[in-house]
Amino acid sequence: MLDVIGVGSVEDLFAHLPEAVRLKQPLDLPAGISEYEVVEYFSARAAENATGYSCFLGAGAYNHFRPVLVDTVVSRGEFLTSYTPYQAEISQGTLTTIFEFQTMICQLTGMDVANASMYDGSTAMAEAAMMAVRATGRGRVLVARSVHPEYRAVLRTYSENQGMPVEEFGYVAEAGTIDLEDLDRKMDDLTAAVIVQSPNFFGIVDQLPAAAEIAHGRGALLIVVFTEAVSLGILRPSAEADIVAGELQSFAIAPSYGGPYAGVIATRDKYVRQMPGRLVGQTVDTRGNRAFCLTLATREQHIRREKATSNICTNQALLALMASVFMTVYGKQGLRELAEQNLAKAHYLSGQLRPRFCGKFFNEFVVKAAGRTPDEINKALLKKKIIGGLPLGRFYPELADSMLLCATEMSRRPDMDVVAEAFQ
Amino acid sequence: MYPENFRYTKEHEWVRVEGDIGTIGITDHAQQELGDIVYADLPKPGTSVAQGATAGSVESVKAVSDIYAPVSGQVTEINPVLADAPEKLNEDPHGEAWLMKIKLSAPAEIGKLLSAAEYQKYIEAEK
Repeated sequence: MLDVIGVGSVEDLFAHLPEAVRLKQPLDLPAGISEYEVVEYFSARAAENATGYSCFLGAGAYNHFRPVLVDTVVSRGEFLTSYTPYQAEISQGTLTTIFEFQTMICQLTGMDVANASMYDGSTAMAEAAMMAVRATGRGRVLVARSVHPEYRAVLRTYSENQGMPVEEFGYVAEAGTIDLEDLDRKMDDLTAAVIVQSPNFFGIVDQLPAAAEIAHGRGALLIVVFTEAVSLGILRPSAEADIVAGELQSFAIAPSYGGPYAGVIATRDKYVRQMPGRLVGQTVDTRGNRAFCLTLATREQHIRREKATSNICTNQALLALMASVFMTVYGKQGLRELAEQNLAKAHYLSGQLRPRFCGKFFNEFVVKAAGRTPDEINKALLKKKIIGGLPLGRFYPELADSMLLCATEMSRRPDMDVVAEAFQ
Repeated sequence: MYPENFRYTKEHEWVRVEGDIGTIGITDHAQQELGDIVYADLPKPGTSVAQGATAGSVESVKAVSDIYAPVSGQVTEINPVLADAPEKLNEDPHGEAWLMKIKLSAPAEIGKLLSAAEYQKYIEAEK
């Protein structure tokens, strides 16, 4: 090859680089190890994980069953290793799966259009806020304290550097739902959007119609956020929402220590041009056959540059595909049944405890620890190979004596009984 | 091809002045360069625009082109036809597919614009 390009040695290819930046010794790397030793190394690391524990953690990352079919489909080379298509129209298979994904998300959320997926629920929420700012021409956003604390932190990261003021409004101490009076007080004609999560961080189904009235009454948009996608199987999709942003981790995406996940953003037809991210559309080819393409590309930065709706130019294709397989495997009825099981299990557990809030909840709820601290209870549970709920003091100082418990279809009755006992 | 009673900009917009109202649009040259137009993003009536500043954009499938206001003033009307039939911009850019009407705040600005003959010469030179 050196002969072909007319060069004497590999070193000659670097001859133009200044001496000062040239590395003069070999890299200090250990000698290679055999494939067997590599496998052994990772097996040993994996064995350090706690396996066979029951988990009662929720708070944005949920313990749900991953149907076996998911990995079978997703492991196909065409899906697993292909990069995001640049000449999209050639990748009809990929575009087909994304179009199906978008369709199912619309069916679940009741929205007119959904994009090809976002990085995760938190960034989807931040992008929804920016969308509302563009759509209304207003600069300010209101977000409920009952929205996931880490989602609010991500929103702050986006907003601080854009000069987009974000203000929080509180929740009602007894019900755990949004404080409508506080929202009304803080609402004004400069507000682009009101962001509410339902079920909220405390697991409670929140006051969406009432929030919508306050938001729409002053010309702001309502952004509805979800972290637990399984709730979509049983909760009425919000007819009042202008934009829906959420997390699909519950749909066959393993918790994976926090990611990668796949976010959702969906909206009404009239806001579609303000939507960020990839959008797959259906069309016909020159022979009149149904075909798919990336559409409304003029929203994106490779065309609109600094006036683009966002700098995201990709999606979470593989994870969105996992979610698509999940939705297909369960189907409408299966998803409802799954949601009902979650509801039943969580209420079996809560029935033995005293939930702190009286609001109706889905599969998570808050319990006050009496006598011991939440950390002490979790320590005791850990000895019994049970991972307890999330102590809330970290995010809500006023709830430092409480923890957020989550029960899903994976929770076993004997374990729930042990958890309940730990609170007595 | 290019109406005598219009005035033109180097950014390929035209304006037809009647009293203190200017009707503006994009030229035939512009629509040819853009290709199939799929969307016109126009400012809301009541918006103030300045001569030479951006006042919306026109989109084809793979490109976006900013519209630059040929004259300063306030937008009084935008063309309702374009919302459902943006392709009219390709078919009749000087007539049915006008973009918006502006109430002129500085009529003297018209003097700075090109006549039909000057515009014709300009696009010929551009080729």
